[in-house]
Amino acid sequence: MCLAVPMTIERFEGNYAVASAKGVEVLVNYAMTPDLKIKDKVLVHAGFVIEKLDEDQAKEIEATWEEYYKATESQAG
Amino acid sequence: MNRELTKKLATILKKRKLSKNFNIMEVCGTHTVEFFKSGVKELFPEGLRLIDGPGCPVCVTANSFLDRAITIAREYNATIATFGDMLKVPSSYSSLAKEKAKGMDVQIVYSPLDALTLAKENSSREVIFLSVGFETTAPSEALTILEAKKNNIKNFSLLSCNKLTPPAVEALINSGEVKIDGFILPGHVSTITGRAAWDFITKYNKPGIISGFEAHDLITGVIELLDMLESGENSVKNGYKIAVKEEGNKKAQEIIFSVFEKAPSEWRGIGMIPDSGLAIKEEFSFFDAEKKFPVTPPPVKEHAGCRCGDLLRGVITPPECPLFGKACVPENAIGPCMVSSEGPCSAYYKYWRK
Repeated sequence: MCLAVPMTIERFEGNYAVASAKGVEVLVNYAMTPDLKIKDKVLVHAGFVIEKLDEDQAKEIEATWEEYYKATESQAG
Repeated sequence: MNRELTKKLATILKKRKLSKNFNIMEVCGTHTVEFFKSGVKELFPEGLRLIDGPGCPVCVTANSFLDRAITIAREYNATIATFGDMLKVPSSYSSLAKEKAKGMDVQIVYSPLDALTLAKENSSREVIFLSVGFETTAPSEALTILEAKKNNIKNFSLLSCNKLTPPAVEALINSGEVKIDGFILPGHVSTITGRAAWDFITKYNKPGIISGFEAHDLITGVIELLDMLESGENSVKNGYKIAVKEEGNKKAQEIIFSVFEKAPSEWRGIGMIPDSGLAIKEEFSFFDAEKKFPVTPPPVKEHAGCRCGDLLRGVITPPECPLFGKACVPENAIGPCMVSSEGPCSAYYKYWRK
């Protein structure tokens, strides 16, 4: 029930925004994240944007785990 | 995360040797399913046991809630609007699906706003939305009440069974019934609550990590939790930084508490937990179905042999319930844990192989 879907904000329509994922567009309420912009990546749950996604974090996380892998492998010899 | 790195990390997890056995609990129902579906559970090293927690909102909803909803709908000839997961959940004597077959107006909606639209379009009928969910869902439900008030919609109300997850986790730790060494904490709930909301688990020397829902999130979450357990690091880490902030979504929290206030709530299998529920504030009582439609529901009856309660406390796994896969199957479920798509019994039934 707490499932949320990553989507992209395409445009704004009055108090709502149109978000898309895999070619599907839905009207979403964004009252919880009022500072959205077009092309922002968001998490949508039950027709509401619950948070803006921070894509820079994804790159950082990947780099950290790449380092973790290298360190673990070198320890294993 | 790229597939190559995910594969490499999967190998690290699979090859890992533990210094002792560990029990970790995944709190979230979506994690319960994803651990199976992604195959990450198959990567667990020997000695690591995953215990399913009370993180499926449908599963932890007590029979008394559905008994009340059905009684209200019958006595006031009201329309029930609900998320689809609730339809087949058995109440003490019936279910919404059975009532619908007998003529009750039960409508499945995707969003609480759809229930409000239903009320606008059917002004001669009372529409009651069954508000079941955790922190992820509560702001949407609060916003729907605010919208109903703003538009003066008089035939809409909400029957609240909204729950807050940290008090349930603390109640489980305090019960001491099950040995839990650490926690995989819910991703989307934490989007609203923030990482800091889970710091209390360290009072009990239990580390935890908030995880996302992709295979790489689960793999890295388990690796990091094992690292903490092995090194004795007692902290709560954020493994889902892309969506979860330290203090959560403050605007969403503000919206929740503009409409709701904390109240005791009954959790299936655990019982009444103080401050673990959300009741509608007095100033919005016109939209509170419990107050708007007073009824005396029938005495609560539990289903003979059903062990959903023990399961939700982590005392047993689904195959240990004598009804699992025999009398209780998804098409004819006796307990809610087999009905909900996020229920542990449903997940085991679909994905578990002996």
